Amino acid sequence: MTDTPGPGAAQVGRRVPRKEDHRLLAGDARFGADVQFPRIVHARMVRSPIAHGTVLRVDAAAARELPGVVDVVTAEDLPGDPHIPVRLEVAGTDLGERLQPVLAARTVRYVGEPLAVVVAEDPYVAEDAAELVEIEIDELEVLLDAGRAQGDDIVADFGLGYGDVDSAFEGAAHVIGMDVAVQRHSAVPMEPRALTVGYTHATGCLEIFGSTKVPAFNRQVLAGLLGVDEATIRMHAVDAGGGFGVRGEFYPEDFLIPWLARRLRRPVSWVEDRAEHLVAVNHSREQRHRIEVAVDDEGTILGLRDDVRHDNGAYVRTHGVIVPELTLAMLPGPYRVPAYAGRVRVALTNKTPCGTYRAPGRFEGTMAREQLLDLVAAELGMDRVELRRRNLLAREELPLTRAMHTLGTDVVLDSGDYVGLLDRALSRVDELGWRDLLARGRAEGRVLGQGVSMFLEKSGLGPHDTADVEITSTGRIRVHSGGTSLGQGIETVLAQVVADQFTVSVDLVDVVNGDTMLQPYGTGSWASRSTVVAGSAVLGAGRAVAERVRELGAQLLEAPPEDVEIADGEVRIRGAATNSRSLAEVWRAAQPGSPWLGAGEPAGLSARHRFSVDHMTYPYGAHVCLVEVDPGSGGVTVLRYLVAYEVGRAVNPALVEGQLRGGVAQGVGGALFEEFRYDESGQPQSTTFMDYLMPTASEIPPVDVVLCEDAPAATNPLGARGAGEGGLTGAGAALASAVSDAIGLPAMTGLPLDPETLVAAMARPATVRDRLRTDGIS
Amino acid sequence: MKPAPFEYHRAYTPQEVVELLRELGEDAKILAGGQSLVPMMNFRLAHPAALIDINPVSGLDYIRREGDELRVGALTRHRSVEISRGAEVRDGFAVLPRAARWIGHYPIRSRGTVGGSIAHSDPTAEWCLLARLHDAEIVVLGEHGTRTVPSEEWFTGFLTTAALPGEMVIETRFRRPRRCAALLEYARRRGDFAIAAAGVAFDVVDDRCQDVTIVLGGVAGRPLRVPEAEAHVQGAEPAESTWAEAARIAAASVEPGAEADGDHDYRRHLVGTLTRRAFREAYETGTDAGPVRGVA
Ligand SMILES: Cc1cc2nc3c(=O)[nH]c(=O)nc-3n(C[C@H](O)[C@H](O)[C@H](O)COP(=O)(O)OP(=O)(O)OC[C@H]3O[C@@H](n4cnc5c(N)ncnc54)[C@H](O)[C@@H]3O)c2cc1C
Repeated sequence: MTDTPGPGAAQVGRRVPRKEDHRLLAGDARFGADVQFPRIVHARMVRSPIAHGTVLRVDAAAARELPGVVDVVTAEDLPGDPHIPVRLEVAGTDLGERLQPVLAARTVRYVGEPLAVVVAEDPYVAEDAAELVEIEIDELEVLLDAGRAQGDDIVADFGLGYGDVDSAFEGAAHVIGMDVAVQRHSAVPMEPRALTVGYTHATGCLEIFGSTKVPAFNRQVLAGLLGVDEATIRMHAVDAGGGFGVRGEFYPEDFLIPWLARRLRRPVSWVEDRAEHLVAVNHSREQRHRIEVAVDDEGTILGLRDDVRHDNGAYVRTHGVIVPELTLAMLPGPYRVPAYAGRVRVALTNKTPCGTYRAPGRFEGTMAREQLLDLVAAELGMDRVELRRRNLLAREELPLTRAMHTLGTDVVLDSGDYVGLLDRALSRVDELGWRDLLARGRAEGRVLGQGVSMFLEKSGLGPHDTADVEITSTGRIRVHSGGTSLGQGIETVLAQVVADQFTVSVDLVDVVNGDTMLQPYGTGSWASRSTVVAGSAVLGAGRAVAERVRELGAQLLEAPPEDVEIADGEVRIRGAATNSRSLAEVWRAAQPGSPWLGAGEPAGLSARHRFSVDHMTYPYGAHVCLVEVDPGSGGVTVLRYLVAYEVGRAVNPALVEGQLRGGVAQGVGGALFEEFRYDESGQPQSTTFMDYLMPTASEIPPVDVVLCEDAPAATNPLGARGAGEGGLTGAGAALASAVSDAIGLPAMTGLPLDPETLVAAMARPATVRDRLRTDGIS
Repeated sequence: MKPAPFEYHRAYTPQEVVELLRELGEDAKILAGGQSLVPMMNFRLAHPAALIDINPVSGLDYIRREGDELRVGALTRHRSVEISRGAEVRDGFAVLPRAARWIGHYPIRSRGTVGGSIAHSDPTAEWCLLARLHDAEIVVLGEHGTRTVPSEEWFTGFLTTAALPGEMVIETRFRRPRRCAALLEYARRRGDFAIAAAGVAFDVVDDRCQDVTIVLGGVAGRPLRVPEAEAHVQGAEPAESTWAEAARIAAASVEPGAEADGDHDYRRHLVGTLTRRAFREAYETGTDAGPVRGVA
């Protein structure tokens, strides 16, 4: 459903069709690998086949001799032992010792770690030559279980919390705890990573295409590692076949490919293949929780404790230890938790290093907390929903500051109506007839269950973003923003925001994202922040340009500024539509040499605006779903799904719904299918789409959305809350809840909900039940 | 995921294929639908020095009835069988089009060939299971002419067959038509290779099961017949209790071992489930009797 408003109507709040879609659907989009140059050469990484070992020899002699090979580079060829720095620091942690080297020199720590790179005239030859690089590694013992990590392998050990947790537990009528595990899985965008780098020796300038996410930050890192001025590097964000957190971070290849272009004085192209992607790109999610809660007889939460083991893989990458920090900071969620203590030990293991994946830390923490609440409901003989309703923070209790911080900001739950949202979700489910569906199915002897989860999200991370808005020669409006197009529709959203300043249609607006030459100060697209922060920056810049247009237009119309208005893309005298000047005419009046341009005034019609914000804004939501378990196979079919989400203000409701539905699809994958497995020697077992099971259209249920705009955010002028992640945050928890309801367990102890586990659980419910109870957390 | 260099040859007749195989030796491979071979080459799990493309060979794309045999040419695409509705298939081999739906996804079925699948010998491949279920014979052409190999001898293990160097598959002859037959399998996602599969075929004469075959996939290196379970059903009443007992025997008789997609116990459990359900479906679709007695 879309609607195209007539001229003059507000664009914000409408289901405006996506500006991006035409080029995407017509095959005109430009992805990383689409950018090619004359004389280009192709790189291929040589990766460690061993999970842990001492590198004895990397011999490239045979590879170099293959016709068509241009260069082979190993660690010893690199200048000054470069390592990938952390982008998101957590205060008080020092991770310097365990950063990932660009190429491994002495030790390899996971299968897939880059050891060398081959460059050839053709990608086929590059792959042939990569096979000829001889690698000799003396194998060392592997560590694959974060729970066994000790000493240096615990790279961070920290806590977050508030209140007197010990007394809360001491006096409590009930202390209920369990173990919950979430399996290693991650974002698998349809387009793997790709980089094309052009180099002009005459100017010393690098042009980089392909790393769409945080181009300005990546430029800064690259300039530092290469020892060049940032002004000599231009990052072009291109279309991306999805990002979801993993794509566009700074990886070893993001140093190597530009470095090779300078070394060889030739453009270099690198396209990751799927098999590489599954071992090279950030993994995520692997956590074990020992979580326990103190409650009174009515189920009121008195205190919460969680002890988390976080498996970060072999190195610390750009995300540092932000994911486990987010787990802890967000763990109490939307509930009234008077006292809380969370602790996490971040372990390094011999697996692919980890980073963020859409809803990082929260998917895992929400799973743990919501399973625990299901268990509490079972133990106290209470209804699962009633227990939640009793403990959700009431509208009057907000804003609420929790004495914790994350991502460098305080946790301030700004505003909202958590109970109201839950009620809306459940009444919609009733309207949709789920109750009947469930009752009828069960009467037929089918194994059906309904699940529910509540979650708190965070969005709109600052501290700032910058946007430029400019009127161009034909009277079009151009936006240069720091947001980046990962497929989420940010171009459309930003166009809507600025279009309203000139009351024009989005067709008159051109949005160029993530080009560091055009917008050197952009902060990128991640953390559900772009609509909120980049959108607010665009709003500010748009307003400033509109002001200038009004001022110049008034001069052209020979009227005082207060008598003119901008409407339908023209400046005109209020109430006299015939006396007007087009944006193009005003643009001409602003050109150098124009009699209307004062001597001291800058030419052109443009403005740059920086929007700064100290606090994040916290959206929230509920997931409800209906599943069927086949006792014969253990297979789970998701029959129905509903997400209720508070977005503050939906700039484009269709895009918000799209974000939520896409999140659910990934949530179904994470809850039921996707898992990076390793054998006992650390060999990855999920290296193709035959073993890493992405859900397909056949596995995704119909998803209903209840989009709430009941609590506009106070921290930004749009009133918007981010919407990028909430479709995923509660999905593992809700699906686990539905499965436990179906098969008659109080709660599930982990993901994925794979058929083997479920068949075993159905055969031995009593034992599984026993395993749920732990003796509390020491 | 780009293949190593290889030579490419095209053949237009089966004789040419055999000649090229002789000329090029053991490092040459036949290319049919490419749906197994090409991915293996892209992963560099296969490094053939030369490919002999048999797609231009004419006269190998057919589904033909000869008495009690259904003969399927090697270059017949999965999809052609899936959409076949003629009496030659319907009468006694109706399980073939139904089971072909289980193979991968539409683009794979429209390229992949029956002969390629039989030659590839994946233990969960539908054609390999159906070949055993219908006691097929495989017709191969070599330097010295054709020979016919019973499917029982053809599948020798995981991705290995009784084909001799230089031989190509030209036809699969499905035999022993039966009214009741079904092939059921379980995969976590639609279109994946099955974790386990069970095929059954039988006739019902005077309310007794006759001519019973049970074939299991995904539990050994090749499709497995389970004679003990077959014997239980042979001569028994077509009833839910019969199916349940056959399923129990079938599950107990396999040693599937643990694989990434399921441990030993789980795969056994699946075998039981699938065998029971296959009997039910075979009986329901093959007779006008409606649901089997004993089932709600
Ligand atoms: C994603 C995916 C999912 C799949 N799922 C399934 C599934 O669920 N079930 C299933 O059964 N299959 C599945 N397949 C495999 C598919 O059915 C293949 O088509 C089939 O296994 C091989 O047939 P082909 O014609 O493609 O053979 P090719 O790939 O061309 O060849 C396979 C092998 O057989 C040899 N060969 C081919 N033809 C002959 C011949 N006439 N004589 C001698 N040797 C020959 C080749 O040299 C090669 O070694 C899947 C494939 C993919 C890519």
